[in-house]
Amino acid sequence: MSTNKELISKIGLRLDGRRANELRRIRCKLGVFTQPDGSAYLEQGLTKVLAAVYGPHQVRGGRSKAQHDNAIVNCQFSMAVFSTNERKRRPRGDRKSTELSMHLQQALLSVIKTELYPWSQIDVYVEVLHADGGIYPACVNASTLALIDAGIPIKEYVCACTASLANNDTPMLDISHQEEIIGGPTLTVAALPMSGKIVLMEMSQRFHLDHLKKVLEKALKGCRDVKQILDEAVRLHVRDVGSSTGWAGTG
Amino acid sequence: MSSVRKTIVSNCEKKFLLKNLSEWTRLDGRAFDEFRNVEIEFGKDWGCCYVSLGKTKVLAQVSCEIQQPENRSRPSEGILNINIELNAIAAPHFESGRQSDLQVQLNRLLEKCLKDSRAVDLESLCIKMNEKVWALRLDINVMNHEGNILDCASIAALAALVHFKKPDVTCDGEEFTIHSYQQRDPIPMVIHHYPVCITYSVFNGGEFILADPTLLEEGVADAFLSVGLNAYKELCGLHLGGKADLSTDVILNTVNKAAVRAVIVVQLIKDAYEEDNKRRQKKEDVGFHKRLETEKKEEPSEGLSLYLDGWTVREKKNKKKKQTKTSNDQSVSVEQL
Repeated sequence: MSTNKELISKIGLRLDGRRANELRRIRCKLGVFTQPDGSAYLEQGLTKVLAAVYGPHQVRGGRSKAQHDNAIVNCQFSMAVFSTNERKRRPRGDRKSTELSMHLQQALLSVIKTELYPWSQIDVYVEVLHADGGIYPACVNASTLALIDAGIPIKEYVCACTASLANNDTPMLDISHQEEIIGGPTLTVAALPMSGKIVLMEMSQRFHLDHLKKVLEKALKGCRDVKQILDEAVRLHVRDVGSSTGWAGTG
Repeated sequence: MSSVRKTIVSNCEKKFLLKNLSEWTRLDGRAFDEFRNVEIEFGKDWGCCYVSLGKTKVLAQVSCEIQQPENRSRPSEGILNINIELNAIAAPHFESGRQSDLQVQLNRLLEKCLKDSRAVDLESLCIKMNEKVWALRLDINVMNHEGNILDCASIAALAALVHFKKPDVTCDGEEFTIHSYQQRDPIPMVIHHYPVCITYSVFNGGEFILADPTLLEEGVADAFLSVGLNAYKELCGLHLGGKADLSTDVILNTVNKAAVRAVIVVQLIKDAYEEDNKRRQKKEDVGFHKRLETEKKEEPSEGLSLYLDGWTVREKKNKKKKQTKTSNDQSVSVEQL
């Protein structure tokens, strides 16, 4: 752990050359697989994530899990063994993956209109191909795109972003892996950008309560920026798919 | 509905609770931001702590052994393992064995609060760099689940860590001697700050926020906000999850209230520890069996005991009457024959 690297240099540049409130470059593509009902690939900086959605379909594993008034949402988070610096021994099933699967489920349950599909199940599978900080936000963003590609009705885009504090006074947006290790605590926020409601919030390590407000607001701004990018990608995809089928079935 | 902390709640219970909330009352009469009573007791061994938060009861125990440190990244730091067990003794819907979702979540939240915030000084656990360090194991058992296991477990974990003392080690070149507790005084743990978790349950998209939810309130709630705070108003962990959609103001407000509560709880832990220390210095008897002795057995009131006596006498009379009746019947039947 080298402590001579500053998180924000005197001229305001971070370790990878970004400014404090800049997101990393997001590139995404919908409909990458043919088998799942919906799929998406998202890159946020160097972090690469694949998401696939199956459903709504009949509940697997017996009728005991099915609910009479809602669909159940089953999320599985998995990290490829080659995604981190050292080869990961357990891609899923360890505590961290189970925790992230649960958080993903909580975030998605707040936006999917589950009351439209009673007695059904929606599966969301997320695979991290390269982990470079901000894997949970990338997973949430990719899942949103995959749900849209699958045609499952959702109330709003759910976008997620990380934020942190540098030099104890400047809030930073979209934390990379190096900044996570060297720097201070990271606040992860999943929110509905248009209504401004927060769906999931998570933080570890220590920082003073007084800083919470500005870091939180920074993260929310980040979510709004992410939503704009995702929205553009969705519209482009719809245009491509629609025009290639000659806008069949519309108007 | 988040399936993580699901307790089975009937529809009428749910409606009753929500109706009461809309009239600004809670079922146990507390205010919306009022917490239940905390009682902290220490056992005879160092590092054994029993905490009850209302009727939720949790037992924590710290033990240590010597291990090789995690090399490469932290060669001079000790190891702290936190493990929370949700046994079937605590609630009927807990299954022992398999790690349930709730167990994983509680484990992660406690780890974030105590380990990631670096509350315990792990460098002081080092005996010989790269070779031998103390590995602490903090086992938490939930005895009774009456809501809000996380708060109770975090208080128990912190109190157990504060109370624990590790054995003294002397090194003589290559040889290490671990002295027993009788031979040499054990060494207390170095704790930098005291983080505790405080949980709020959220109903109706942020309309009602209840502090310290009971079992029923947990089953009905839409989402949970758990904050780890220490006495210096520093956040040590934060988790908001479930079917929630809260605005920032509500969150900031709640977290500020939680900060006030954290100071009170940390003071409670410190006071309980001081009292236990005093008792041990006076060589008084300490341990859980004191609890059995101090609980007074209630004598039934006079009127009640008279009534009870009366009841036994009357029963005998009834028995006699029955016996005579049956003998009469028998005589009748014999005559008929």
